Amino acid sequence: MEKRIEIIEDVTVRFAGDSGDGMQLTGTLFAKNCGAIGDDVNTFPDYPSEIRPPSDTLYGVSAYQVHFGSKKMNTMGDKIDVLFAMNAASLKVNLPYLKKDAIIIVNSAGFGPNNLKLAKYASNPLEDGSLSIYKVISIDIPSIMKEELKDLSLQVKQVERTKNFFALGIAYWMFSEPLDITIQWLKTKFGKKIEIYESNVRALKAGYKYAEESPEFEFRYQVPKAQMKPGFYRNITGNEAVALGLVAASEKSGLPLYLGSYPITPATEILHHLSGYKQYGVKILQAEDEIAGIASAIGASFAGNLAATTTSGPGLSLKVESLGLAVIMELPLVVVDVQRAGPSTGMPTKPEQSDLFLAMFGRHGEAPIPIIAARSANDCFYATYEAAQIALKYMTPVFVLSDGYLAQGTEPWLVPTIEELPDFEFEFAKDPNEYKPYKRNPQTLARMWSIPGMKGFEHQIGGLEKENITGIVSQDPLNHQLMTELRAKKVAGIVQDIPNATVEGEQSGDLLIIGWGSTYGAIKNAFDKLRKQGHKLSFVHLRWLNPFPANLGEIINKFDRIFIPEGNMGQLAFIIQAKFLRPVLGYHKIQGKPFTAIEIEQQLLKLLKEEK
Amino acid sequence: MTNIIDKPTTIPVGELTAKDFKTQLDVRWCAGCGDYSVLAQLQKLMPTLGIPRENFCVVSGIGCSSRFPYYVNVYGFHTMHGRALPVASGIKIANPNLSVWVITGDGDGMAIGGNHFIHAIRRNMDLKILLLNNQIYSMTKGQYSPTSPQFAKTKSSPFGVLDYPFNPVSLALGSGATFAARSSASNPKHLSYVMERAAKHKGISFVEIYSNCVIFTDGAFEKWTDKHFVDENSIFLEDGKTLVYGQNRDKGIIIDDLQPKSVKIGEQYTEADLIKYNEKNLALAQMIATMSYDNDLPRPFGVFYDIEKPSYNELVNKQIEDIINRSGRGDVNKLLLGDDYWEIK
Repeated sequence: MEKRIEIIEDVTVRFAGDSGDGMQLTGTLFAKNCGAIGDDVNTFPDYPSEIRPPSDTLYGVSAYQVHFGSKKMNTMGDKIDVLFAMNAASLKVNLPYLKKDAIIIVNSAGFGPNNLKLAKYASNPLEDGSLSIYKVISIDIPSIMKEELKDLSLQVKQVERTKNFFALGIAYWMFSEPLDITIQWLKTKFGKKIEIYESNVRALKAGYKYAEESPEFEFRYQVPKAQMKPGFYRNITGNEAVALGLVAASEKSGLPLYLGSYPITPATEILHHLSGYKQYGVKILQAEDEIAGIASAIGASFAGNLAATTTSGPGLSLKVESLGLAVIMELPLVVVDVQRAGPSTGMPTKPEQSDLFLAMFGRHGEAPIPIIAARSANDCFYATYEAAQIALKYMTPVFVLSDGYLAQGTEPWLVPTIEELPDFEFEFAKDPNEYKPYKRNPQTLARMWSIPGMKGFEHQIGGLEKENITGIVSQDPLNHQLMTELRAKKVAGIVQDIPNATVEGEQSGDLLIIGWGSTYGAIKNAFDKLRKQGHKLSFVHLRWLNPFPANLGEIINKFDRIFIPEGNMGQLAFIIQAKFLRPVLGYHKIQGKPFTAIEIEQQLLKLLKEEK
Repeated sequence: MTNIIDKPTTIPVGELTAKDFKTQLDVRWCAGCGDYSVLAQLQKLMPTLGIPRENFCVVSGIGCSSRFPYYVNVYGFHTMHGRALPVASGIKIANPNLSVWVITGDGDGMAIGGNHFIHAIRRNMDLKILLLNNQIYSMTKGQYSPTSPQFAKTKSSPFGVLDYPFNPVSLALGSGATFAARSSASNPKHLSYVMERAAKHKGISFVEIYSNCVIFTDGAFEKWTDKHFVDENSIFLEDGKTLVYGQNRDKGIIIDDLQPKSVKIGEQYTEADLIKYNEKNLALAQMIATMSYDNDLPRPFGVFYDIEKPSYNELVNKQIEDIINRSGRGDVNKLLLGDDYWEIK
């Protein structure tokens, strides 16, 4: 049967089911397929923080969202176009995020009396008309698969388990995508376990065939290819990108990588990835606490390694004292903070941008630390790499701010080679006769670095204030002022290595949007859409938050109004107002969820209307 | 950088002297402080070890004793209150060729740094810990510490301390120490012996050193260290020798009802009934350590325990080496690309 084809620019699909239904894998494979056929993709997993929650409950729902299409996606997608729901609970939990005319494909076998009861449905939504605004396609997947696999004499459970590949087969048909990449993946993964391989391949094909033949599927989508730069790509999460950024920095700088860390959500995957990289010489101490994590990294840095510590909010709170030590010791250190909703334990798996103040100001004494915030999963690689470059060049701890959204979401990454990455600029002291621990490079103000093992450079320093140049303990009043100013001047001077900010849209005028961190995607999509509609708008996205790019003040002064949406109560706004003495219009979302483009768009439209 | 880390770690003994390990700074402890003695012993010991000066690291926390690094002319790092051990661990993992010494006190090591203390020991980090115990927070002018005796009157306990004190040697043994010892700053000969043993031990070495604070707890250790009392009130452990003490060497320790007990040698007991000390017997070490705060028993000094097992810093570097030997040094370009990539042409 010939079916009609609809061309669309972008689409948001969500695979949802019970925690044991394999939705994370389904989503990951779908995302890879979309990337491999030339679309841009942005994904986000949504799963319970409990490890094995009771099955079929509302809090046991696991989902994976894939936003893909023919332009740059930038976000995980605002509302869902197509939902796959494997049981009643996963339908109920995801209904609020559906577009009005969304397509829902349900596994009707997951809507039995017990499923409905656990999902707290009084009546079956597939029968009571409550879903009438959507296009619902209901399929009893296990019955079909039982028939498909009857010759393999599998247990009922094993047959059940193929339903995610059936759903994936439907998705491939719906979006006119090939099956071979996934079949190849199954072969590599399960080639030796022939039953698993065979049953899943059959499920994939059965799903595809079902959609092709069933009259309920009236049309299929065609998503044109995106304009992607030629090269090798992979999907990557922000956390893996941080880990790779550190390894790449170690390779390029020639310094062994040391990680001192303590498990904490949502930063732990960085520790997981790095602990697998022994072949690259990565040394790891999974410390007894957050303090020991950073303190040992400071020790490793003192001894000449490229040292890093990775954490999230509560852990960063514990590292505060040690950061002060790294500042006064003037030792290189990369500090990665994957922000999550706080205060206290807050919402551990949910993103927020509320650690900016802590990164900027959270130390006793005058202790400036440079801060770079990644704007996407890919940028987590480059932000981390840059942080390492600055840390070594300027002999300073450097913050990398990521968050739970970037950490877990993925997008295709144009993989660079080590040779393409920029070089490191730093050196160890050479002449013992000229060496003084706090003698500085006149250009960068970085102090001279010598490490244990280097003969003739022995020195004794610590957390006490020290005399300029010699590093000898000093309580001299004027010396303390001088050293405080030197440390501040050094960090401020990093501006010479930070590219100027660029303004998208009007170069001067009414409304300037300033973004930072993971809000980039949502702002960019809203901005592009409104500009296309003819609105006059401007957008600057900041990566370096300390110091700011040199031209930021100049840019700000070219606009009447400044608008900063951020996932906190206005922390960047506070800093911008203080620094540039300009009022800022804030927009704050503190819900443990990233901004959607629609939210930003609506806020912008409101502001544009208010224009005199 | 590899050339710095891989260079040979021995020099001829005698090439350096104690003077080479003194810095130009004036030592600023109070006159009569026990820490002077420990500093002098360390400066004497270092040149005898055949280790180049640049391969020594002295790391400390905060407190009177933690000013130590400023006075030893090697790589010195005066860190944060309680955090010397993790900093030192990072140094040792980064460069296993270094001889890393951690100087801490009873407040720094047992209170704020207590967590790091048990874990650094548990991992058998190859660090030499000198815990200078003066039973008081002296730098902050006299508050009770985790080793202050119960009911001691201090500035923060005018009516007496209610806490029960830690026994640092027991805590170290309980944490898995491969070397645990006790000595006293007032007994330089014994101290020098114990410190040399600690230096030569591979893995974590823990040495508790009684260091008298002349200002706040003057005389706190007199009962066990003063020449008038030491023979009667203290016992010195020696591997393979029986536990004998007393001015006339007429008393000893036996095991009675699975507990140490002091007996007179001569009538009911002979020397053959006494415990023969064995530094490799953990149960014995732990039992003898419990004598520390028992008023009916002499206080034990010396090496309680000394065994060998691989250290964390050794294992972490060996694991890397083994994997590289087996599979080759990783190609970072391949790592960046991963297993699941695609090409857009």
